[in-house]
Amino acid sequence: MAGWPILSVTTFLPIAGVLFIALLRDDASATRNARWVALWTTIITFAVSLQLLWRFDPSSPEFQFVEKRAWLGGFGTYHMGVDGISLPFVILTTALMPLCIAASWLSIRERVKEYMIAFLVLETLMVGTFCALDLVLFYLFFEGGLIPMFLIIGVWGGPRRVYASFKFFLYTLLGSVLMLLAIMAMYWQANTTDIAVLLRHAFPRDMQPWLWLAFLASFAVKLPMWPVHTWLPDAHVEAPTAGSVILAAILLKMGGYGFLRFSLPMFPHASHDFAPLIFALSVVAIVYTSLVALVQEDMKKLIAYSSVAHMGFVTMGIFAATAQGVAGGIFQMVSHGIVSAALFLCVGVVYDRMHSHEISTYGGLVNRMPVYAAVFMLFTLANVGLPGTSGFVGEFLTLLGTFKINAVVATLATLGVILSAAYALWLYRKVIFGALEKPSLAAITDMSWREIAVFAPLVILTILLGIYPKAILDISSASVIALLDNYQHAIGAAKSAALMR
Amino acid sequence: MTITSASMLLPALPEIILAVGAMALLMLGAYCGRSTPAVNLGAILLLIAAAFVAASVPNGRLFGGSFVVDDFARFLKILVYIGSGFAIVMSLDYLEAERQQIFEYSILILLSTVGMGMLISAGDLIALYLGLELMSLALYVVAASNRDSVRSTEAGLKYFVLGALSSGMLLYGCSLIYGFTGNVSFAGIAKASGQGEIGLIFGLVFLFAGFCFKVSAVPFHMWTPDVYEGAPTPVTAFFAAAPKIAGIAIFARATISAFPGIVPQWQQIVVFVSIASMILGAFAAIGQRNIKRLMAYSSIGHMGFALIGLAAGTAEGIQGVLVYMAIYLAMTLGAFAVILAMRRPEGMVEDINDLSGLARSNPAMAFFLALLLFSLAGIPPLAGFFAKYYVFLGAIKAGLYGLAVIGVLASVVGAYYYLLIVKIMYFDEPAAAFKPMPGELKAVLGIAGLFNLLFFVYPAPLIEAAGVAARSLF
Repeated sequence: MAGWPILSVTTFLPIAGVLFIALLRDDASATRNARWVALWTTIITFAVSLQLLWRFDPSSPEFQFVEKRAWLGGFGTYHMGVDGISLPFVILTTALMPLCIAASWLSIRERVKEYMIAFLVLETLMVGTFCALDLVLFYLFFEGGLIPMFLIIGVWGGPRRVYASFKFFLYTLLGSVLMLLAIMAMYWQANTTDIAVLLRHAFPRDMQPWLWLAFLASFAVKLPMWPVHTWLPDAHVEAPTAGSVILAAILLKMGGYGFLRFSLPMFPHASHDFAPLIFALSVVAIVYTSLVALVQEDMKKLIAYSSVAHMGFVTMGIFAATAQGVAGGIFQMVSHGIVSAALFLCVGVVYDRMHSHEISTYGGLVNRMPVYAAVFMLFTLANVGLPGTSGFVGEFLTLLGTFKINAVVATLATLGVILSAAYALWLYRKVIFGALEKPSLAAITDMSWREIAVFAPLVILTILLGIYPKAILDISSASVIALLDNYQHAIGAAKSAALMR
Repeated sequence: MTITSASMLLPALPEIILAVGAMALLMLGAYCGRSTPAVNLGAILLLIAAAFVAASVPNGRLFGGSFVVDDFARFLKILVYIGSGFAIVMSLDYLEAERQQIFEYSILILLSTVGMGMLISAGDLIALYLGLELMSLALYVVAASNRDSVRSTEAGLKYFVLGALSSGMLLYGCSLIYGFTGNVSFAGIAKASGQGEIGLIFGLVFLFAGFCFKVSAVPFHMWTPDVYEGAPTPVTAFFAAAPKIAGIAIFARATISAFPGIVPQWQQIVVFVSIASMILGAFAAIGQRNIKRLMAYSSIGHMGFALIGLAAGTAEGIQGVLVYMAIYLAMTLGAFAVILAMRRPEGMVEDINDLSGLARSNPAMAFFLALLLFSLAGIPPLAGFFAKYYVFLGAIKAGLYGLAVIGVLASVVGAYYYLLIVKIMYFDEPAAAFKPMPGELKAVLGIAGLFNLLFFVYPAPLIEAAGVAARSLF
């Protein structure tokens, strides 16, 4: 079994599905076949990725399942591998994809073949981003994801889809190209783009701030951090439901993953020096975007702003650089991946029936849709961070980790928890409670079996991770501890050197 | 070194094959009626033969060092022959449909290609000028080849007048350089130019003005949009590919081998030209609605990117330039294959809005064009990304951070208008369908598209070949 390139198979299996769909003949059954092929491809990919989970050794901080081949002739290698930081994201991606395909089953009726192809290509690129252990390879996957997402928003999106897709594409591209230059500078500095080697390379202190800022430009846009978050609400509102799910659940996490994989371990001094900047931006993100979310009239926009706020906890926890903060950051990203995905799917359920995501369209849905109301409530509470749901663990750990470093920041961030309760419950009351007065809603139907099947795994995961967070924390702990050891060592060495002088 | 046996001419064999073959085809065309298809076929076969011969001839310096064959020349000659060959293939259907079947067309392209080969191999200023003029004179004539069209003759005339002006400047630069160094060979100039006298710098500036005109770099780019738009489309496809490669080749060779002693002086010129071209190419293309004009500004921008590698002035930078030109060739040929297929029953159309909803009326064509456009924009994992990656890698190594930052920002602006075409094809409602694409254009588009899509799977051969070629220049 040792010779089996499991990561490459997981990454490129969806491409096999793409080829299969592309070869389907254009007849009446093509649409149906494309859906089934896509569903089965994603399910098989998920099954393969479970193998990773099964065979992963959580006690080792090293990269596992490593594959290495010559690729760019001296300028880069094909190097894949996962550790405790990237594995949760790989599983999250492969787990959510079948749900996305299932959620698009009936809501996408036009150009289904192309839609499924775009999603499968996107899956390959996302999994590849988390598995890549070479900077050029990472950039390839990271940026390549823009193309399918651009098409998904632009072709199957809402009325302002053109504006939203261009804004998404150009905004993210602008951030990333600066990172590309930093990658090149790192190559000439260290003579390699191998991430495993670079993690042990000490970059000169005068170079670190520039490299760190270039990476920030990319990841801050991707995550997104305040003030470069403005593309996100537009993209979310216009994207089709499954597009929003992937955007919120996976694509945003690439930014946080990037901070963990590159910024913190490779540029420890810069990370240490710039931590106050990150704290300030995070607090603004948490408080300000929560306030903005309070006044939204569009459900998707509200959830999009709440995503920005929740990502604020992630950046705060990561750059606190404590074991709790970093572990909490990873946990918060996974949890948000599940919860925000579910919330967008909840919006999708009513959007498929009413073709509107205005809050004012709805009201009193509990009368006709009890199951829906129960599901929506669970995820609303998880979004607020109620103990017992996965949302609580992440927020709690990041706040705990930050409190040790900077009590003021942690206190201000706690405000965000209160505000998130305000906007989330307010949304829930407006949509679900009250009398069912609007005549257009009189005939609305509750969730179908297909929809319940989509939500069931998410419900189970949210509660499971809420009461047993060790499932994620154990996977990542060895890698997080190793990362922080190196970080503290680098900072400590610099401090003692300063004392010696 | 004097020529004592025929085998000593071996390094020049590709040029000999093309020149003799072109004259033979001229006889065939002049004395046998209705021979255009045979001439076209013969020209394509000659170019294929020349490409294979160029790959295998030995290195050497002929005619007292004025004709140099090294790995650099070999790499670029193969590119040029591929570009010219594909240009003839792509013109077959157009010329037939527009009733412009004249046998001189492909012979002129062949002669122009001979000039490009000489230009690439030029080892002194005289050979440089001869090659340049042979290439250009043939280009002026093909630009005006549709003599009944006002636009085509205007394009040819404009190109000729401006081209003659630039040749004059180039020649003036050559004479100044000769005057101040007493040498015409690049090696001799390099030896004599140690101090960088003001007269030599003057000559250098004039020489660069001529080069910039040929590669349509700002501020000598004005002719490009008009000629691209006015010339018959297959001619534009030819202009956009092979002559650009030859121009960049001589720009690089002359700069690197004749002026290694005055790097700071020429580096600032190249940096300026590069930045100006990238920025103008990116911003000016946004407003274009005619796809040929758009491609003209796009090529101006791309020349700016290629010159980044030259500005670095190192082997890594030149390697970047060579990778860039190879990938640029594939992208340009593919894009023009689509433009040549934009034909409705009433005739050719050139407005980008004519591509509306192409994703529905012709999914394969739209898919490949979208690939090429994303590649032109430099989005990974397509080949265009690697093109940009290697030139920027060279610039960062040379410490040209400002140039690199401006370059990547310009590439983001440039991405906008490529996306705009993707938007028109994929997001908009379908317009009337085009006539079915001719087989040879399908083949060109398929080859170019797959090259761009799959380049990342096995990029090492091209990159290593470019590396070997670049190092042979130093």
